[in-house]
Amino acid sequence: MFDLSGRKALVTGATGGLGGAIARALHRQGAHVAVSGTRREALEALAGELGERVHILEANLSDPVAVEALVPAAEAALGGLDVLVNNAGITRDNLFLRMKDEEWDSVIAVNLTAAFRLSRAAVKGMMKRRYGRIINVGSVVGATGNAGQGNYAAAKAGLVGLTKALAAEVASRKITVNCIAPGFITSPMTDVLNDKQREGILATVPMGRLGEGAEIAAAAVYLASDEAAYVTGHTLHVNGGMAMF
Amino acid sequence: MSDIADRVKKIVVDHLGVEPEKVTPNANFIDDLGADSLDTVELVMAFEEEFNVEIPDDAAETIQTVGDAIKFLEKNAG
Repeated sequence: MFDLSGRKALVTGATGGLGGAIARALHRQGAHVAVSGTRREALEALAGELGERVHILEANLSDPVAVEALVPAAEAALGGLDVLVNNAGITRDNLFLRMKDEEWDSVIAVNLTAAFRLSRAAVKGMMKRRYGRIINVGSVVGATGNAGQGNYAAAKAGLVGLTKALAAEVASRKITVNCIAPGFITSPMTDVLNDKQREGILATVPMGRLGEGAEIAAAAVYLASDEAAYVTGHTLHVNGGMAMF
Repeated sequence: MSDIADRVKKIVVDHLGVEPEKVTPNANFIDDLGADSLDTVELVMAFEEEFNVEIPDDAAETIQTVGDAIKFLEKNAG
């Protein structure tokens, strides 16, 4: 089950906690993986750890030119593209009343617009090949909202709408488009929380712990697999029960 | 029929799975040949590949019949 041998995958934000875990898991199932991110050294470390079947594609997704170039570069490096994981994301948290246009724009650009443009580029080849898996990494806050994250929550909720609309358009071409919505996961993004914040969060999680990157990656492996061929337009919540839909 | 017309016809027949007799210059991809809007995008992609030509979006929108495609490609393809 869930064999990805010979599949070609691009993971954005691969130097982050979740992206790295997703790249490792897809690779472990046999996929050829192109890892994209902004930090060359971290990408090289990840590629070194994975060994073969890995390509490094440095790209800053806040740069529209870099976004346009990324899918063609991945297709050239991998010899096609079967799985696109739109994982890259940034936060620029602020109270709504104080949020600067720049904070809003930059989060929408990386977390939502880049996913749109990468998906648009990837779907072209996937339609020709009559196979594709697009996996958007959203967030529980896209469904619940979160004080101080108006921009982030809007972008992540936007991904859910994008997922459903694109899924409806390309289902007849055997391309699935799904979303994973992680809750609070151990990562550099949550490492910055202090003990009090952490306790506050854990009180809202029935499972009583943070999630692990590998638990998000397992969801990505499933959605990327042949076994998930009939699942599309779905948002898979992986959050220890903190919000149930 | 020109070489370009033959190649266009073959692409349309292959892609839409329609009878070759139905692929006349006046045949509208959507109304007469049963294409959906995504099919028309794919046909344009197939024409681009076959004729090694870029078909801009505004031109693609004007290609609604087999004849439109042949005319565009006769004018613009290599």
